[in-house]
Amino acid sequence: MRSVSLALHEFRFAQKVFWRNPASVFFTALLPVIFLVIFATIFGGDEIEELGGVKVTTYYIPAIVTLAVVSATMVNLAMNVTIAREEGLLKRGRGTPLPPWVFIVGRVGNAIVISAVMLVAVTLIGQLLYDSPIPWGRIPAVLVTLIVGASAFSCLGLAMTVIIPTREAASAITNAITLPLYFISGVFIPEDEIPDGVLSFANHFPVRDFFESFFTAYSPKTVGSGFEWGDLLVVAIWGLAGFLITLRYFRWTPRQ
Amino acid sequence: MSEAVITIRGLRKSYDELEAVKGIDLDVNAEEIFAVLGPNGAGKTTTVEILEGYRDRDAGEVSVLGVDPARPTPAWRERIGIVLQGTTLEPALTVRESLRQYAGYFREPRDVDEVIALVGLEEQANTRARKLSGGQQRRLDVGIALVGDPDLLFLDEPTTGFDPSARRQAWDMVAGLRELGKTVLLTTHYMDEAQALADRVAIIADGRIVAQDTPENLGDRRRLPSTITFHLAPGSDPSGIATLDGFRYTEAEDGGRMVTIQTHDAVEVLSRLTAWSLQRGIDLDQLEVRRPSLEDVYLELTES
Repeated sequence: MRSVSLALHEFRFAQKVFWRNPASVFFTALLPVIFLVIFATIFGGDEIEELGGVKVTTYYIPAIVTLAVVSATMVNLAMNVTIAREEGLLKRGRGTPLPPWVFIVGRVGNAIVISAVMLVAVTLIGQLLYDSPIPWGRIPAVLVTLIVGASAFSCLGLAMTVIIPTREAASAITNAITLPLYFISGVFIPEDEIPDGVLSFANHFPVRDFFESFFTAYSPKTVGSGFEWGDLLVVAIWGLAGFLITLRYFRWTPRQ
Repeated sequence: MSEAVITIRGLRKSYDELEAVKGIDLDVNAEEIFAVLGPNGAGKTTTVEILEGYRDRDAGEVSVLGVDPARPTPAWRERIGIVLQGTTLEPALTVRESLRQYAGYFREPRDVDEVIALVGLEEQANTRARKLSGGQQRRLDVGIALVGDPDLLFLDEPTTGFDPSARRQAWDMVAGLRELGKTVLLTTHYMDEAQALADRVAIIADGRIVAQDTPENLGDRRRLPSTITFHLAPGSDPSGIATLDGFRYTEAEDGGRMVTIQTHDAVEVLSRLTAWSLQRGIDLDQLEVRRPSLEDVYLELTES
């Protein structure tokens, strides 16, 4: 019981710190919405024949949800946990009776809650501005995708702190990993513009599978419950790899 | 009162080829403020981080509050407070929020407002850490270490980089910890800090303890000479005392002489000086006897 209340205690402070950090709020909460508006304005009204005539704006809702969740979890944790480590905050926390995993759970919980908030926000904007229907019939598929993806990308964010040596390198390394993946996975550019070879290459990485899973759950053309179990499995395997790397190599102390 | 809170015997630690701690023995008693004094790279932080449970050791016996810090337990962590060498604060949280966050980690924390008063940050209680001055940030660091109401407090270089008034405030605060009955182990490379705060001082150089005593006894005249200085008016003839061992003088601005005598037996020299002065009717103007300062001792011991 005490562990649960400690985790909630950590979560509350992680929330406070997140919303008071202008860079976090901009890159995680505002930038995905700005991208949505830009992409919808540029490509709006078109339909994607290869995907059964889905409107481009409808395509971008799950794409931007994917971007928002990856930002809130992987990017956010890779940057902020690295900074906390290099500033000695992780080391200091380890000098208290707080169990180390509570420290991590508080921050991962924060990342997952922000992911959920962003999913709801982007979905509502889609409905209100672009007539993209809320997929009421496939809510379970949306939620399962969110939970599997947010957990997996949180683990990957923690694993990334292992390869990020300093706080200065955090932003460069996370961008170098995520930006190309967004492009080849059809998050920024509609996938009918991307060569098949590139897409099948992207299928090996979790961003593409995560997006496909969201797309099926969101698309009004989908028949059935909208679960993409194969894609979710790929995402989960990446997450597990991240979890194991974190367990084995995570550092609590700054580089001298 | 004299129960040992920290006991160290034969502590050794190497990093690759470099041996940072070369066999240290040390006892810190309950309710004393103990300073580990030494130049950068002497092995202070390595030693303290072993005691705090952050680093393992290569050899030696270590006990901190009856527990081997290589195997720290949550119950043990409840009883110690740690201030690391650099300031470690969450910049976005206020003083009160930071203290609340850490208070939540302990089963029996000290009242947050009481801690704020203890570290003198009442006026900054609702200020975010990033807006505090360096000295205020360091005091918040100490407040965070105190909020769990520890029996033993580690302060690793608490005032490095401070201006004199911030240092003075920090000293007052550390001296106030004595009244709370805390045991404090502090490291510093400032001689005056050890002298002002500590009940006992260990001087560490090149991984070894080279002296360990009260600040007063560290300035032991058996080891280093005391210095006697006085001024002789122009025209005063120093014959009769110029033959004393260690006698030196410089020309003073008024044409007289500033005399310095370094001696291991200040009483003997003083009695001869005063006898000479009375006999000749020559005044020993500005007479001063200075025992070797901790700084003199420190420089002598740490020079290699």
